[in-house]
Amino acid sequence: MRGIGEAQWVRVALVVACAVVMAVMLVLPLVVVFSQALSKGWDFMVAAITEPDAMAAIRLTALVAAIVVPLNTVFGVAAAWCLVRFRFRGRGLLVALIELPFSVSPVVAGMVFVLLFGLQGWFGPFLMRNGVHIIFAVPGVILASLFVTLPFVARQVMPLLAAIGVAEEEAALTLGASGWQMFWRVTLPRIRWALLTGVLLCNARAMGEFGAVAVVSGHIRGLTNTMPLQIEILTNEYNLAAAFAIAALLACLALVTIGLRAVLEWRSRLALALGQQALLVRP
Amino acid sequence: MIRLRGVVKSFGPGRVLDGVDLDIAEGSFVALLGPSGSGKTTLLRLMAGLEQEDSGEITIAGQDARALKPGERKLGFVFQNYALFGHMTVFENIAFGLRVKKRGQRPSEVAIRATVERFLAMMQLEGLGPRLPGQLSGGQRQRVAFARALAVEPRILLLDEPFGALDREVRESLRVSLRKLHDDLGLTTVFVSHDEEEAHALADRVVTLDQGRIAQDSGAYEKA
Repeated sequence: MRGIGEAQWVRVALVVACAVVMAVMLVLPLVVVFSQALSKGWDFMVAAITEPDAMAAIRLTALVAAIVVPLNTVFGVAAAWCLVRFRFRGRGLLVALIELPFSVSPVVAGMVFVLLFGLQGWFGPFLMRNGVHIIFAVPGVILASLFVTLPFVARQVMPLLAAIGVAEEEAALTLGASGWQMFWRVTLPRIRWALLTGVLLCNARAMGEFGAVAVVSGHIRGLTNTMPLQIEILTNEYNLAAAFAIAALLACLALVTIGLRAVLEWRSRLALALGQQALLVRP
Repeated sequence: MIRLRGVVKSFGPGRVLDGVDLDIAEGSFVALLGPSGSGKTTLLRLMAGLEQEDSGEITIAGQDARALKPGERKLGFVFQNYALFGHMTVFENIAFGLRVKKRGQRPSEVAIRATVERFLAMMQLEGLGPRLPGQLSGGQRQRVAFARALAVEPRILLLDEPFGALDREVRESLRVSLRKLHDDLGLTTVFVSHDEEEAHALADRVVTLDQGRIAQDSGAYEKA
C-alpha cells in the first residue's frame, strides 16, 4: 500500500539519520561519562563520590534544589495564572520579562548579583555591617539558581492554561466552588503534566547550573561548591576519574528525572483506568 | 426573581450593554434573542456573576447580586460547549457541586451517590456514570451538563445557546425535555438563542436584544 507523501526510502533514511544523530549527540556522551567514571574501577568511583568535599557538594546541590524548585513551582503557577487569565496594562512586557533569565547569559546573571550584594556592590556595605553574607556564600548560590530557573514552570504551564480556556473554571464557580477548590479540583488536574515537566526541567537546571553559580559561589571547597563546580575543580586538577565519577552521579540524577516522569505518567493513566473499572463494578 | 435596572457593561472601548431594564418573574421561561454581538450572552453572564456590571443594579430573589458570588446565587449554568470537566467521570461531574459544598452543608457520600443516580436516571444517562465526557455523544454531553447544573437544586437555570452544537433531531428531543424539566422542577429559566423559531417554540416570553438594548419584549405587559 502506498502511503501519503514521501516514498518508503525517504522515510527510512530520515529515521536512520535521526537515530544516528541521537546516538552520537545524546547517548554517546552518557556512555563516555559512565565509562570514564568507572575507568579506575567501582571502588575508586565510590571513594571519589564519598570524599568529604564531594559529599559537601552533593549536599549543597540537593539543598539548592530543595529550596529553588518549590519556590519556582509556586511562583511559576501563580505567574502563569495571572499572565494568562488577566488582561492588564503592561502584561505583554511581563510575559517578555519572565523569559529574561533564558535570554541573559548566566554569567551576566551572576555578575548582577555580585554587583548588588558583593562587597563593592549597592547593598554590600549594608549587608557587611549586619553580618549577612550572600556573595561567596550559600545564599548567593541559591539566589543565582532561583534566577536562572525562574521561567521553566511558567513557560510550560502558560500555553496549556491558555489552550484549555476558562469555561471549566467558570463552570466550577457557578457550581459553588471557591477559588481554591476550583484550582485544586479543576485547573491543577488539567495542567498537571505540563507542571510536572516544568518542575523536572527546573530541578535538572537547578542541579546542573554552572555559569551563574560559578560567579557568585567563590569556589570554596566543602562550603560553596555545587556538583558542577566540584567537577570543574577536579577537571582543572587533572583528576579526571574523580571528575567523571561526580559527573556520572549528576547524569544519573538526570536519568532518574526522566524515568520518574515516565513512571508518574504511566501510573496516573493506570489509576484513571482502574478508577473507571471500580466504578463499573459497583452496583 | 431576577431584576435588572440600567445595566451597563463595556469591554474595552466597546459598550456591550447600554442600559438594560428587565424583570424576570419567578417560574417564567424567558428567551434572550438577538444577533451575535447584541449582548445577550453578556447579559446572561452578568446574571450568573461571571461578569461584573459597570453600572446599574441586579437583584436576585430580592438580594443585591453584587454581594453574591456565582456559587451563592442558587443558579445552574449550562455553557455553550458544556464545559464538562474532562478529567472527571460523568458521575464525578454531576457530583461536583455537592462535593464542593461547605463541610456543614455537604451531603454524605451515600446521599451524593443517590442524588447523582437520580439525575442520571432523570436525564436518561443510566450506566454512563463511569464514562469520561470525551467518550460521549454530543447529546449525551448536553444532558450531563444539565444534570450537573441541576444536581445542586438551583432555583434559576441559565442556558447559553444550549442546543447550538447539536443536530436537528437531538435538538428537538432535548427541547422537549428542557421544557418538561422547567415545569416539573418549578425553575425560572433564561436561555440565550439566536434561533428565532426555537426561542418562540420553547419560551413563554421572548426578549430581543440589539446593540446592547432591549429592542422587543413579547412579555412587556408583565411589568405592569
